[in-house]
Amino acid sequence: MKKLTPIIEWGTLLFCTGTVCFYLFVILYDLIHRGAPSLSWAFISTQPSAGMTKGGILPAITGTVLLTLITAVVSVPLGISCAIYLNEYAIDSWLTRVIRACIRNLSGVPSIIYGLFGLALFVQGLRMGTSLLSAGFTLGLLSLPYIITTTEEALRRIPASTREAALAVGATQFESIRDVVLPAALPGILTGVVLTLSRAAGETAPIMFTGVAFYINSPAGYLNQEFMALPYHLYMLATQHQAIDVVRPLAYGTALVLIMVVFILNLTAFYIRYKHSKNDE
Amino acid sequence: MTNDLIKLSAQSVNLWFGSKHVLKNINIEFQQNKVTALIGPSGCGKSTLLRSFNRMHDLLPDVRIEGKLMLEQQDIYEKNTSVTQLRRRVGMVFQKANPFPKSIYENINYGLKINDVPKEERDGIVEKALRESYIWEEVKDELQKPATRLSGGQQQRLCIARTVALRPEVILMDEPCSALDPLSTLKIEELIIKLKKDYTIIIVTHNMQQAQRVADKTVFMYLGEVIEMGNTDDIFNNPKNELTGNYVKGRFG
Repeated sequence: MKKLTPIIEWGTLLFCTGTVCFYLFVILYDLIHRGAPSLSWAFISTQPSAGMTKGGILPAITGTVLLTLITAVVSVPLGISCAIYLNEYAIDSWLTRVIRACIRNLSGVPSIIYGLFGLALFVQGLRMGTSLLSAGFTLGLLSLPYIITTTEEALRRIPASTREAALAVGATQFESIRDVVLPAALPGILTGVVLTLSRAAGETAPIMFTGVAFYINSPAGYLNQEFMALPYHLYMLATQHQAIDVVRPLAYGTALVLIMVVFILNLTAFYIRYKHSKNDE
Repeated sequence: MTNDLIKLSAQSVNLWFGSKHVLKNINIEFQQNKVTALIGPSGCGKSTLLRSFNRMHDLLPDVRIEGKLMLEQQDIYEKNTSVTQLRRRVGMVFQKANPFPKSIYENINYGLKINDVPKEERDGIVEKALRESYIWEEVKDELQKPATRLSGGQQQRLCIARTVALRPEVILMDEPCSALDPLSTLKIEELIIKLKKDYTIIIVTHNMQQAQRVADKTVFMYLGEVIEMGNTDDIFNNPKNELTGNYVKGRFG
């Protein structure tokens, strides 16, 4: 029995790991198997045509890219500044504890709620209409708590002795943060930012009420207009199209492109971390 | 040179962390161009005292300091005292080498940059500081290499170079050799002895031999109080206080 236990323990753990990987492989295989045939240069570089049954998904790609950019512009400066304040300046009082708890809870709020909030605040309250800007702001709010949390995490990993080193040569607290702490924490911060953005790029619910459209005729890119986006395009092709069997290959193609966009963002994060770990040692 | 000039002093200094009374009525004077060792068992307040001389406690939320700490005629904790100016005059070397995660050159250059040393003078100062810290020969060909790749002893000498580059008047050293091997320790001790002609040095150490090798004066602290201070020889060979005697002979601590 003594000899058997390690094998059982090992086996159970391996089984669990295997199950997780198995799902990943099945999903990827299914996507590639069915989506790859519809991938082509024309698919990613032309407009949809013939009532979505033919043509490409260019406007959805540009829409998603622009949307992610706006999300970044809104959430990155705000989120990083907030994390710097919380981790470097704020003293540990009941107020900062409440603020931290709020931020943690905020990251647990379902994304559809953000959609409704964006609809109420940006689309109607601020009269921005259903537009690229409204959707970008909404996704920006959604991303904030993640960026704050990951940035704070990255800042906390910088030892106090590094800050003291800067202070001891006559730097002010602000100079020590700007010149020493932030550069040292940058790889961790960037990784968090990229992962958060890749998650935002795949969101459907928050943009549904705030600006995404099934089809637009003009090329995407106007901040005050509705736009197409990959996740929503996929949702419509998969469930809402009248000729659902005809567009199925296109839906798989869109899914594959979306996965690739997210994957490229994740690879960027991975590369940043890899480069940093090589520089470090 | 006026060797008996008092460079740093503390007058009736009390310090609390929250409700914990860490320094109790400290009265002490440090002479110019001397090396003074602070010794005593862990937790006796040596590092706390050291760090209050360049206001390293400023960022901690619940510290209370009473009494007077003076750098020559200047009150260190007076309202009008610029803390950045003060830290330029009172440099510090830490227990664990803490080079900036930047290149070797940039580690020294950074302090010059934020203290507005003209650009054309910086290269010369960097080289001089590295020479003074006896690390120039080892790093002169790789100044752009990340400082974190140096060995522990080299990193600590780089940190000393970073400090002397700013020409401080006082250098505080908080157990600078505690994380180093005997050879690197020896190099740093030689460096300390050579630096003392230009600087006033206060060194916290747990190493009795080290205190005897480098220090002119020794201060023995116990439970937040200064028990005895005097010439290093006297402290180690005829201590007046029984506690001091027991500590330096290794009976406790």
